Amino acid sequence: MQKEGQIRIPSGCAISAVISKSGKRMSGEKIVSSMVPVHDRSNGLGGGFAAYGIYPEHRDFYALHVFFDDDVCRADCENYLRERFEIVDAEVLPTRTMREITDEPVIWRYFVYPRRTRLRALQVDEREYVVRVVMKINSTLKGAYVFSSGKNMGVFKAVGYPEDVGRYYRLEEYEGYSWTAHGRYPTNTPGWWGGAHPFALLDYSIVHNGEISSYDANRRFIEMFGYRCTLQTDTEVITYIIDYLVRRQGMTYEEAAHVIAAPFWDTISHREPEERERLTYLRTVFSSLLVTGPFSIVLGFEGGLMALNDRLKLRSMVTGHSEDGDRVYIASEEASIRKMDEDATGIYAPAGGEPVIVKVKEGRRAAVGEY
Amino acid sequence: MGVEFIYPEFEVVRNSSRCIACRVCERQCANEVHSYDPDERVMLSDESKCVNCQRCVSLCPTRALKIVKSDCTFRENANWQSDTIKEIYKQANSGGVLLSSMGNPKMLPVYWDKILINASQVTNPSIDPLREPMETRVFLGKKPRSIERDEGGKIKNNLTPQLELSMPVMFSAMSYGSISYNAHKSLAEAATRLGICYNTGEGGLHEDFYVYGPNTIVQVASGRFGVFADYLDAGAAIEIKMGQGAKPGIGGHLPGKKIVGDVSRTRMIPEGSDAISPAPHHDIYSIEDLRQLVYSLKEATQYKKPVIVKVAAVHNIAAIASGIARSGADIIAIDGFRGGTGAAPTRIRDNVGIPIELALAACDRRLREEGIRNDVSLVVGGSIRSASDVIKAVALGADACYVATAALLALGCHLCRTCHTGNCNWGIATQRPELVKRLNPETGAERLYNLMTAWRHEIKELMGGMGINSIEALRGNRLMLRGVNMTEKELEILGISHAGE
Repeated sequence: MQKEGQIRIPSGCAISAVISKSGKRMSGEKIVSSMVPVHDRSNGLGGGFAAYGIYPEHRDFYALHVFFDDDVCRADCENYLRERFEIVDAEVLPTRTMREITDEPVIWRYFVYPRRTRLRALQVDEREYVVRVVMKINSTLKGAYVFSSGKNMGVFKAVGYPEDVGRYYRLEEYEGYSWTAHGRYPTNTPGWWGGAHPFALLDYSIVHNGEISSYDANRRFIEMFGYRCTLQTDTEVITYIIDYLVRRQGMTYEEAAHVIAAPFWDTISHREPEERERLTYLRTVFSSLLVTGPFSIVLGFEGGLMALNDRLKLRSMVTGHSEDGDRVYIASEEASIRKMDEDATGIYAPAGGEPVIVKVKEGRRAAVGEY
Repeated sequence: MGVEFIYPEFEVVRNSSRCIACRVCERQCANEVHSYDPDERVMLSDESKCVNCQRCVSLCPTRALKIVKSDCTFRENANWQSDTIKEIYKQANSGGVLLSSMGNPKMLPVYWDKILINASQVTNPSIDPLREPMETRVFLGKKPRSIERDEGGKIKNNLTPQLELSMPVMFSAMSYGSISYNAHKSLAEAATRLGICYNTGEGGLHEDFYVYGPNTIVQVASGRFGVFADYLDAGAAIEIKMGQGAKPGIGGHLPGKKIVGDVSRTRMIPEGSDAISPAPHHDIYSIEDLRQLVYSLKEATQYKKPVIVKVAAVHNIAAIASGIARSGADIIAIDGFRGGTGAAPTRIRDNVGIPIELALAACDRRLREEGIRNDVSLVVGGSIRSASDVIKAVALGADACYVATAALLALGCHLCRTCHTGNCNWGIATQRPELVKRLNPETGAERLYNLMTAWRHEIKELMGGMGINSIEALRGNRLMLRGVNMTEKELEILGISHAGE
């Protein structure tokens, strides 16, 4: 049977997220618990978390989380890494041995920064350099897969139910100002850890519920720009789209949302002239990055979160906030929010294509809600 | 009679118990097949002149007529089939090049018919176009590689001129001269009502049709007939015709007898002179010359119009498309080997060029591999026969399709493939006034409007079934296609999987 990456496997899912606008760090315990009431939205074939602000002592280095098939693959990959990065720290990622999680790969964590000479020779900025190395490892190095590559953040994922995955990675021992979670319901048995969510590149991480019908149109477009969709998952392609629009095109998250979940032409035609021109421009120029089909995503990035539904809102997603207004919650179902904070208030279902953007400190919101 | 005799291809079967000798068939047949015998008071037929255009059949008030294929055959021979034998006789008689019209009719693979479309089940909802918005609008033209902002941080509109279409279909080039005034008017009127474009072909633009300019693509071909400043300014886009699917590598020839009256004036050549389009553009002997023509036309129109370069699908089409994409063209139109024509040498029509499906797949992939797919739009034609062909073309990577034969069929064409005789009984491929007036442009426009409206409905249904609610999310979405009855190589070139995979 073909593994994930060799064949495209659609899947349904559960997502949840929490962020503290004042940047207060929270342990992973709550976000892990939020996945318990939506257990049935997963089927044990993938769960994962992204956490921001968890490596303050290493905040200046890229934290690489890597799956290896075995130690031979690890040695090869480390050689490859050493040629391209200064490795500041390397260690086995701490896990808990438990009955629910089996067939573990070798999982390591590296804190690195790019070798300056190489960087200069390539004439690219540091982030582009990291992207290229990650792409190269994931598409060409056998038995090695980098699943987290941002600064001061990390992705933790595995085959299993999300609440078990959270315990497996000892997430209660980490503290972050923002967390996202994912439980997966793929329609096939991938049996491969890399296929779980979140999917991440640099500090962008995506958890996603849905199956996008525009997948191959998006993939074939984005691959023009050096991205390689090795996993053939929706989440991977959405992550690359975000990276392309935000990092490489320099768009705001809101502008990126207006590309990915562009308003209908009819809606655009009713906007004020200036806004109409802007939306028409974005839709016309980046038409191949319009994502159709059901999805709800939470995009994590340094200092914030963005939640977005497809244009027709074909997947459930609600938002809410703590009574003091500091914490904002996003989840597939309200039950997950209640599990994190039973006094949560302001429960709101964002409209299709309406981005909800929450940023730390400024506490601003993009299009909706009093966040 | 004798050695040069070829038994007629068709027989006119007249049911004498129904025939009332009203002589409608006689009046309707420009080929003079039917005649009346006043002595016997019966209708007679000379089937040797019949082209099977079905005009008499359609207009016979008592349904007394049918045209059937003659069963007079040569001795069967798998190698020497009757068409081949007849062509040999014709050439032995005349010493000339065989002429044909419309697209390649041979039993060569139609890949559209080997490609099947996906639909959503369970994991992803299908979308009902009657309940939800379903968008078919497309913008053709070059897209900027990166956004730019003004001092205030607002995104600047750095988009070059685009061709906006309400659906990804246009009527492709057919010149005034090869088809009639009324046929052109039907196309122009329908394109305007539909929010799409029609194409002048290389015969210039009749002064009456400047009013349809926003929905007109004006063509500049190797003969440059009818090209002047007002003409270029009139259109929504300018198309440089380098080649045509029905006759790649050769030019065109409209005989002097068709260069009459308005046709002469519109083409800007004297009445009765042959309109000969050279095989190449004599100012384009290579890609760098094409670039000069592209920019000459842009200069002439103040960079306000997208420029299309139309080429025939030939063997190394992907490399050619790549060259065109770098020549400053905004849109590449590729015409497959089944594309129609008003007249082409038979040998060329039937043997030169490649299928559009393969050409499209190869070009789309090549442009993506080179990272320049967004620098141009791709339009394909030759032949797109239905809404499902459109869907398959878009999923393979096309931005839009060109249709011509389907449009002519809507106008009444019965594909008798004798356009080159100029005796079109349906008033389409003729300049004889008594025949032209048979095509009512209001009715013609209405029928074209109906056809495209029907296709649009079908396109929406098919998209909705796939869970796609905007045509751009289908473009290049090859996972939505599967092949049957194809070799590994064919699937590889098309970039699709076999059904069941």
